[in-house]
Formats: sequence, C-alpha cells, structure tokens
Amino acid sequence: MISKEYLISILDKKTRVDGRKLEDYRKVEVEYDISKNAEGSSKVRIGDTEVMAGIKLEVGTPYPDSPDEGTIIVGAEFLPISNPEFESGPPSIASVELSRVVDRGIRESKALDFKKLCIVEGEKIWMVLIDIYVMNDDGNLQDAAALAALAALSKAKMPKYDVESGKINYKEKDGKLPLEKMPVECSLAKIGEHILVDPGIEEEGLLDARLTVASVGKEVNALQKGGNGTLSIDDVDKMLKLAVEKNADNLKKVKK
Amino acid sequence: MAKLLVKNKDLVVPGEVLVEGMEYLPAGNVFRDKDKIIANTIGLVSIDNRLIKLIPLTGFYTPKKDDVVIGKVENITFSSWFMDIGCSNLAMLSLKEATSEYIERGADLGKFYNFNDVVVARVINVTKDGSIDLSMKGPGLMKLSNGRVVNVTPSKVPRVIGKQGSMISMIKEKTGCKMTVGQNGKIWIQGPDPKNEKKAVDAIKLIEEYSATDGLTEKVEVLLK
Repeated sequence: MISKEYLISILDKKTRVDGRKLEDYRKVEVEYDISKNAEGSSKVRIGDTEVMAGIKLEVGTPYPDSPDEGTIIVGAEFLPISNPEFESGPPSIASVELSRVVDRGIRESKALDFKKLCIVEGEKIWMVLIDIYVMNDDGNLQDAAALAALAALSKAKMPKYDVESGKINYKEKDGKLPLEKMPVECSLAKIGEHILVDPGIEEEGLLDARLTVASVGKEVNALQKGGNGTLSIDDVDKMLKLAVEKNADNLKKVKK
Repeated sequence: MAKLLVKNKDLVVPGEVLVEGMEYLPAGNVFRDKDKIIANTIGLVSIDNRLIKLIPLTGFYTPKKDDVVIGKVENITFSSWFMDIGCSNLAMLSLKEATSEYIERGADLGKFYNFNDVVVARVINVTKDGSIDLSMKGPGLMKLSNGRVVNVTPSKVPRVIGKQGSMISMIKEKTGCKMTVGQNGKIWIQGPDPKNEKKAVDAIKLIEEYSATDGLTEKVEVLLK
C-alpha cells in the first residue's frame, strides 16, 4: 500500500519501490513439462508472479472463411488464490483482456503456421487450446502469460490422428507443433512522467497508462494499451525501443 | 488416562486430534469434541501444563480493545469515517474521537481524513456483533502522509516487534527508517532513501518467513549489514 505522490517521489530518485531501476526487469524463470496430460506445458515466474500454461490439441471443423487453416483458442483463468481481488465465477474483464493479448501476440506474429494445422481441407483442422492459469499475481501477468504460452508451445508435441476412424491417439506423438516464430511480450507503465519496465502489483494499481508490446526480433506485431492516461508519440517510441530490447533478453529463457 | 498425540511446537492442520482424554484443557484455536481436543487452524502446538493451545501460522486479524492499528479510509459519512483495518468489518472512527479541533456543522470531513488516507488509530471498543470503534486521541496516533505500508500475517506481529521491541528497534536503527507496527499486521515505513526502505521491507519479509526458526535475530542482523 503506497500513495501515488509518494511512489512518484521515489521514481524521481530513479529507483522503484522494490529497489529496481526504472528499466530493470525482474528475475524470469521458466519451467517445462509440469503436466503429464497436456501436449505441452510450462510454468513461468517473473519475480513472485507465477503463471502456468498448458496446450491441448483437438480436432474440429474450420471456419468457413479459412477452410485450410487451423486455429488457436486462448483461455485465461485468474484463480482466487492468486490475488484477494479475484473471484471465481464468469471471466472478469481483466482475464478476457489477458487471453486476448496472448492470443493476439501469437496470431498476429504468425508464430504458428495455421496452414500446417489443417488435416482435411474444409473438414478437419487442429485446434490448439492454450489454457493459462494465474497462480500468483504480483503484477505484469501479460508478460508472464505470453512467455508461458510460448514456452509451452515450443515444447508441445502433436498427438497421432487417424483420419479414417477419426480418433486421436494422445499416447503416440507425431512431431512438434509448426512453431515458426517466437513472439515475446513486454509490458511498460507510465506513472507521472516516468516510464518503467515490468510493473509490479503496486505500480500496476497506480499507473496512468500501460502498453504491452508483442514482438518477434525487431518486428512489433501487436500492442495493447491499458489505463486511463495518455501516451505521447515520444513515450511510445521510447517504450517500443525498451520493449524490443527486453523481449530479446526474455527470449533467451525459452529453449527452442 | 489422557493420551497426548502431539509434542510441543508440532505443526498441525485443522481437524487434527491433539489429545484423547479429559486431563488436558483446550485454550486458543483448539476445541473439544467429546473426549478429544482438535485443532481449529494451521499452527504450532504449545503445551503449558494442562493447557493446550495453537499459535496460528496465518490468519485474519481479530481486533482487541487498546490495539494500535493502521487503517485506510474506505468511506466517509456525515459524522464518521470508516476504515479498513484488515478484518471482516470496517472500523468506525466517530467525529468525537477523530480530533480535538472544533468541527463546524456540515464541514467537509474529507479535509481531516480523506479517502485512501492511512492513519494510525487505537481500538477503543469491539462489540459482540463485530462493530469496531477507533480513536485518534493519544500519543503516536496520527495521519501518515508519506511512506509505504507493508503487510505481514497478524500472528507474526510479535516476532516483528521482538522482545521488548528489540527487533523493531534494531531495524529502525540499522536502516534509519521511521516505522510504526499495527497489531493488524500492517507496518508503516518511511526512510531517508528508497534503498533504506527496501532494506527494512526485506528484513520484515525475512522475519515473516523464518519466524518459527532459531537464530532469527542473527539472520536479520546479517541481512541489514
């Protein structure tokens, strides 16, 4: 618990409540294969924030406008144990936003080759279900969720599918998912006149504006702005530059 | 013949049977079911002659009269302020107990304590139905304008303070921070520099994590060096 004026007075001294510098990211840890039943799974920790992701594959029918493309479905759940403000029940606005941000990072970067997820054109495709569970919220769930989803995708194995009988054999594996690119996300906050990387939970509660940047290498694929404040063009330029830099660091944590 | 099923300082979970037989008496956080004494919460067993009680590892704050607590203004009415002190009910600070200044009829109470202001107050009364009255009259009771508040589990507050305040005065001395510990587990810290505040926060986190181990003071001392 901290007041906004006091937080800004700390930021004026070029440091933050948890002792980091404005442009420092917290310690990132990635753990693989935490679930036996999922095709791919991972757990990501950013400081005390903890997010799990699991990949399941199912066979479905394609959308009429893209008969030869597979699809992804991202679901995010905020477990009530992770933050006193989260409640069980229908998805909250924040959890819908989180799943959308993760979805967009993967979809818009064309990380998965959707064409390779097609089994029979117009009839059968692979649906990649990415489920995200927030175990502990200490701020910046977006980055943790996106990194967890990417780590799980990078390790996921395709199950065997028999077209004639229409049965999926989850026990036998049939190669990896067609993951072509590695999109990583970085969130930045603007508080007062300061721009900070990887906001913690106290900073998240007091920020004026937030920008989440998804990028592959130097190519920015998706942006999501949050908060009621405004961002100038200079702010966005600075944020994009920082985000691309931090994303390159975080990508090293994910094994190919 | 009574059968004692646990030792002193054993970790038990709710529902665990501690004693069979009538020779022992249930004290805090345990209850008697026929001839058994059963744990009510997760905690460490403390056996004092015939008394069995639990020191809870975690839990909510239960307000007691004369506790000094740290609260945040959640609501303002015509004649009182309501504060969040970290328990199930909001605590009421009435106009009479708020200040010795003269308050005109119809004055804006937000001028004294506004929403989200953090204050140190004293619990003056707790009724059976759970309503809590606070007072701002007394030494050290004031509005906290700067600084930050960190939370610890209320059951660990005695460890943060230490014997005769030894732990808290050591942290204050080594970090140069001003600190106020509320019995509700909220601790206010203000230091000359954010780095000093961070050190004090780290020390409190360390105490919370290792509160049940030996040599806690040494551990904190090493951290603060």
